[in-house]
Amino acid sequence: MPNNTTPLAESDPVVETEPETRKIHAALTRTSTGNEDLRELEAGLDSLQSDAARKHRIDWSRLLLPVAALVVLILVWQFYVSLGLKRRDQVPGPLDVLGQIGVLWGDGKLQEAVWTSLERGIVGFLISVAIATPVGLLLAQVAPLRRAFGPLISGLQVLPSVAWVPAAIIWFGLTDATVYFVVFMGAIPSIINGLISGVDQIPPQYRRVGTVLGANRFQMALQIVLPAALPGYLGGLKQGWAFSWRSLMAAEIIAVGGTIGFGLGSMLNQGRDLSDMTIVMSAILLILAVGILIELLVFAPIEKRLLRSRGLLAGSTR
Amino acid sequence: MPVVLENLGKRFGDGAPVLDDVNATIGAGEFVALLGASGCGKSTLLNIMAGLEVPTSGALEVPSDGAAFMFQDAALFPWLTARENIELALKLRGVGKAERRIKADELLDLVHLGEAGDKRPHELSGGMRQRVALARALSQDRQLLLMDEPFAALDAITRDLLHDELERIWKETGRTIVFVTHNVREAVRLGQRVLLLSSRPGRVVQEWAVSEEHRTDAGLAGQLTGVITARLREEIRRHAK
Repeated sequence: MPNNTTPLAESDPVVETEPETRKIHAALTRTSTGNEDLRELEAGLDSLQSDAARKHRIDWSRLLLPVAALVVLILVWQFYVSLGLKRRDQVPGPLDVLGQIGVLWGDGKLQEAVWTSLERGIVGFLISVAIATPVGLLLAQVAPLRRAFGPLISGLQVLPSVAWVPAAIIWFGLTDATVYFVVFMGAIPSIINGLISGVDQIPPQYRRVGTVLGANRFQMALQIVLPAALPGYLGGLKQGWAFSWRSLMAAEIIAVGGTIGFGLGSMLNQGRDLSDMTIVMSAILLILAVGILIELLVFAPIEKRLLRSRGLLAGSTR
Repeated sequence: MPVVLENLGKRFGDGAPVLDDVNATIGAGEFVALLGASGCGKSTLLNIMAGLEVPTSGALEVPSDGAAFMFQDAALFPWLTARENIELALKLRGVGKAERRIKADELLDLVHLGEAGDKRPHELSGGMRQRVALARALSQDRQLLLMDEPFAALDAITRDLLHDELERIWKETGRTIVFVTHNVREAVRLGQRVLLLSSRPGRVVQEWAVSEEHRTDAGLAGQLTGVITARLREEIRRHAK
């Protein structure tokens, strides 16, 4: 023991001689009488400090407000058309477009186009996720790799993936490979970037806890970094899907013929060739509808569950 | 001796030393309170003992299996329930799946949270979170437990209770605990020994022994608190110029 040790205060002569140290301060002592007493006190305090579970009610405004907004927009559209400022074949009304959608449905072209595009979009997106996730995790965890390739990946995200269409047609011809290639070039960089920014936003404390708990590099990446980055990663996935879908439409509009099937982009292009504005509008609305449905049916529930389980939903306006 | 610090020094870059010539020995099963004003390098010293940082000079001896660590914020993983947080710590230690569940429940029961195992961190109060963090630290099954102001952010009622709780668990598990705090009363309440660390640079300037009587006799504890507070103020006044 070092020699500056002082014995217990009661026998310490210094206490008697120095006036200031003779003051008695408020002190803490044992406050409970035993294990059972402590358990009871803690249980009481725990129940006082925990919120009672709130029931989830169905909030009708969540459903009615978007529907009302849609109705208002269609009414405005109809009102504009009925003013007769433009020729009807240039600006068709809601009913004209609805009629055209009915015709396309009857021909079976609508189902074919939606299915072809959706299948490609989903397959392309899933393959992008499978490629981008390990690459993104690797870049986020290994500093030299990130410094080397980070700017390139960010750059690729800015580069419109349509720019790859000519190259893809030269390399792969008018095949599905061209379409998929363009989808990958759109989706992969944005998923990687989402994952990296998700990893960047992890509180540093989590990594320290991981180190203290004895996680090795691999466990740190899979057990701590990936789940902690999940909200950012999900944001990246959403953006990745948006980029897949947009790239797909661009590719389908430009690359027509060959073994490339008939998708929504092809339908849009066909509308232009026929100068039929109702087909063009139908295709645009269908592309939009698919985008909205995927968001509502796939991403929104996952995101909501994720945020709620982490207590991040309270006070949001969603 | 599980922990021996010899002439330990630490400086970051070219700056003034944060720790300088720190000497201390901590025995097996001992509860030591490390007391100091802000900026005295308490946390740095703890990080060095945990192996999170490397000292720039001197030598230290710590258990070869490392130390369990408890932070000021519970730092529970929000995507896991209370039980899963503990199970993850056990998993990273290499405990088998079946045993993990049993161990985790035992530890939750030890901190009186047997009912709250399925709750997520955001559904728990600050005190409950800190108790889960304590259970997680204990799950590491290491002799040395380092605690960095673990109760500083809690309300007074909860803190008083957790002092009793920590004392009970220390006695039940026989761990060696190094408890960093800037609260003199807390140091006297918990430590068997109180080490006072000076500020800039940090160095152990004095230590006091605290007896079992101090735990129940408020007058005795108050007197010791007064002595230590006076010494701490003296240390702080040195920096007035």
